[in-house]
Amino acid sequence: MNFRTQTFLWVAQRASAAVLALCVTVHLATMVYAIRGGLSAAEILSRTKGSVGWLMFYTVFVLAVTVHAPIGLRSVVTEWFGWRGAARDVFLLGLAMLLAAMGMRAVFGVFL
Amino acid sequence: MNVHTGTFAAFVHRASGVLLTLFLPVHFYAIGTTLESAAAFDALLVWTQMPLVKFGEWGIVVLLAAHLGGGLRVLALEFLPWRDWQKSLAAAAAALALAVGLAFALAL
Repeated sequence: MNFRTQTFLWVAQRASAAVLALCVTVHLATMVYAIRGGLSAAEILSRTKGSVGWLMFYTVFVLAVTVHAPIGLRSVVTEWFGWRGAARDVFLLGLAMLLAAMGMRAVFGVFL
Repeated sequence: MNVHTGTFAAFVHRASGVLLTLFLPVHFYAIGTTLESAAAFDALLVWTQMPLVKFGEWGIVVLLAAHLGGGLRVLALEFLPWRDWQKSLAAAAAALALAVGLAFALAL
């Protein structure tokens, strides 16, 4: 892995972290607010169905996670398990694609 | 700075990140059931009322808050001239996790 790629991953990780700091704060506050009195599909969907604001928020959230989690896991598997090489990066790319696909499916699930 | 405090904070940050990554596909799958029907999603929500599942949810929320706190600590260490504050930042991260955990538990 060359220096430029390492730098790119570091910047992507910090930039996505800054976005996620905001998203997670909103998510935690929404959760604490939403679970009062119990959760129901109707209650959640009444907030999100057709809401372009929530669609945009959750899309940014999912995409930031898609960038952030695989890069973070890359450091962990490298330092804890010594896993290096192309197989690791293919696995992490697959994870990113899985998170993006499942995450966006969930986003559209509550929007449509 | 107490080395152990920083090491512990870094470990919690990494471990919480790994656990949250494992949880995400499950979370997305559960939310995605709304595409099938609201009833399918409600069935899942009934399952989440079990005490053990509730406890697990609470744990995930605390992990998320801990990872947020740990991440803010890293960003502060790297981008702000706060070199002597490592221990305070670790304490702030722990306090954030505790506060969110309490708020979530009280709302449950």
